[in-house]
Amino acid sequence: MTETHNTVAFTPERLAKAQEIIARYPEGRQKSALLPLLHLAQAQWGWLSPEVMDYVARMLDIQAIEVYEVATFYTMFHLEPVGKHVIEYCRTGPCCLMGGEEVYDYLKQKLGIGAGETTADGLFTLKEVECLAACGMGPVFQIREQYHMNLTRERVDEIIGELSR
Amino acid sequence: MSKKILLEHIDVPGIDTYDVYRKQGGYTAVEKALKTMTPEAVVEEVKKSGVRGRGGAGFPMGMKWSFLAKPEGVPRYLVCNADESEPGTFKDHYLMKNIPHLLIEGMIISSFALGANKSFIYVRGELMYVIYILEKAIAEAKAAGFLGKNILGTGYDLELVVQPGGGAYICGEETALLESLEGKRGNPRNKPPFPAVKGLYQSPTVVNNVESIATTAWIVNNGGDAYAAIGVGRSTGTKLISASGHIKKPGVYEIELGLPVEEFLYSDEWCGGIRDGHHLKAVVAGGSSVPILPANLILKLANGEPRMMSYESLSDGGFQTGTMLGSGGFIVFDETSCIVRNTWNFSRFYHHESCGQCSPCREGTGWMEKVLHRIEYGHGSMHDIDLLVDVAKKIEGNTICPLGDAAAWPVASAIRHFREEFEWHITNPQEATRPGAVYKGDMALV
Repeated sequence: MTETHNTVAFTPERLAKAQEIIARYPEGRQKSALLPLLHLAQAQWGWLSPEVMDYVARMLDIQAIEVYEVATFYTMFHLEPVGKHVIEYCRTGPCCLMGGEEVYDYLKQKLGIGAGETTADGLFTLKEVECLAACGMGPVFQIREQYHMNLTRERVDEIIGELSR
Repeated sequence: MSKKILLEHIDVPGIDTYDVYRKQGGYTAVEKALKTMTPEAVVEEVKKSGVRGRGGAGFPMGMKWSFLAKPEGVPRYLVCNADESEPGTFKDHYLMKNIPHLLIEGMIISSFALGANKSFIYVRGELMYVIYILEKAIAEAKAAGFLGKNILGTGYDLELVVQPGGGAYICGEETALLESLEGKRGNPRNKPPFPAVKGLYQSPTVVNNVESIATTAWIVNNGGDAYAAIGVGRSTGTKLISASGHIKKPGVYEIELGLPVEEFLYSDEWCGGIRDGHHLKAVVAGGSSVPILPANLILKLANGEPRMMSYESLSDGGFQTGTMLGSGGFIVFDETSCIVRNTWNFSRFYHHESCGQCSPCREGTGWMEKVLHRIEYGHGSMHDIDLLVDVAKKIEGNTICPLGDAAAWPVASAIRHFREEFEWHITNPQEATRPGAVYKGDMALV
């Protein structure tokens, strides 16, 4: 575990939420809180830096490596800084049948970035993800906790327009 | 044929709230089970119902429950698998979002039947907004006295915890899900020991799908025999089908098992037929993992009889001419679809989602993706088709969990039924790689 300067800390509200989460598992099983806490951390900092992961490790009294191995396994966790809005675009078959690839090309062109990249103004990061369980409403992408479904070029224009304001 | 068990009240305004759900008869099954039945009696009704696991495997739920070990002084757990991630499947998402209390009611009944005092609902992390809906429903149920200590004065205690995943298809496999719930990477466990003996925290555990657990409210209210009277043969009850692709009415439908595929696909009550001006080319009937079937074989069995939406009828003919009901993810392809491109897409999915623990899956899924990519992009050779079949065979059955099989079957079945289309891509690379180009050779469109 990193023993250096570590100034990261949850906001009081998130700290209370974290303690509530940790308390819901049986005694000695606090590691179960790891994924929920990483989500909470990502909500606060936008991504999971080593310092943030070390902070979560200390909170659960586990080794830092136990946090790193989990954070690197699950695709929802960002291990590098991301833009203000992370667009997670479904690239799986059923969405593609509904024109998902064409809309995706349009989105990339509109933002001027490819998968894994962030716009120069720091507003948008684009990520390709697998099936989001909304196949009947494809094409689909997710921005933070919100699903955007039945995407068309026009919808993309509207959503990006709103978020750029 | 439109018997509704789960979605009966789906259109009632406010059905996502406790008050409305309760007014529609909600939580009467909890009252009946906790006040008038023993846990064993509830298990017996679920056994009699014949309901089979709705997540994809189709294993009889009552039998799974009866395997649960009950050593003295050791807690037992119920874990609801709400990690719905199988491409083409979005029924649990729909159910939890619209009628969260049906799942909560099912969780209380099932936990009581299994003797669990703390139960978990593991929801894929992308559905954070659904997690908030479930947490609200839990708070409402608790305020109404259906959760917490001494429920309805019966002395039974239950606490429900909603747990987010982190974006990993593999965690839909029950032992990977348990690992994840323990705060670890989602690597499936070797079995035995099965979760029924050593599951969550090494304690006896049952893992059931959302839809399976939700059926228990109706079963308790109406009896296992009444449930078993619905459906056909060993495919009892109803099933939620997620319909997507080139149909007029994509969405989630509750069907009585035994409904003819043709009726499901073409009736206005369900999919409404293929989108205007197009023809049916193929269907993946049970989520991306099950074998793809061409139009003629999805509508009819090899002997010409109509195929039905049931476990047995969909698997009739084995993998030569049949498929599986799976999770009920019904993906429809019209003649504009490229089977090679879709197969490559699915292979990329499995390669991306392989946990990497077993080499046949870790390496094999990568090779299948690569070889399919080069065929799709005009660099394939005829030898590649046999290579794909060979790699698929070497993955199948050689891995700890079924993800390996799930990756192999779509590739093997696409080649089995659409080999000419793969060959066309290889012999006509220039034509096949033109934007929008699709194989138009000899095949059975409907």
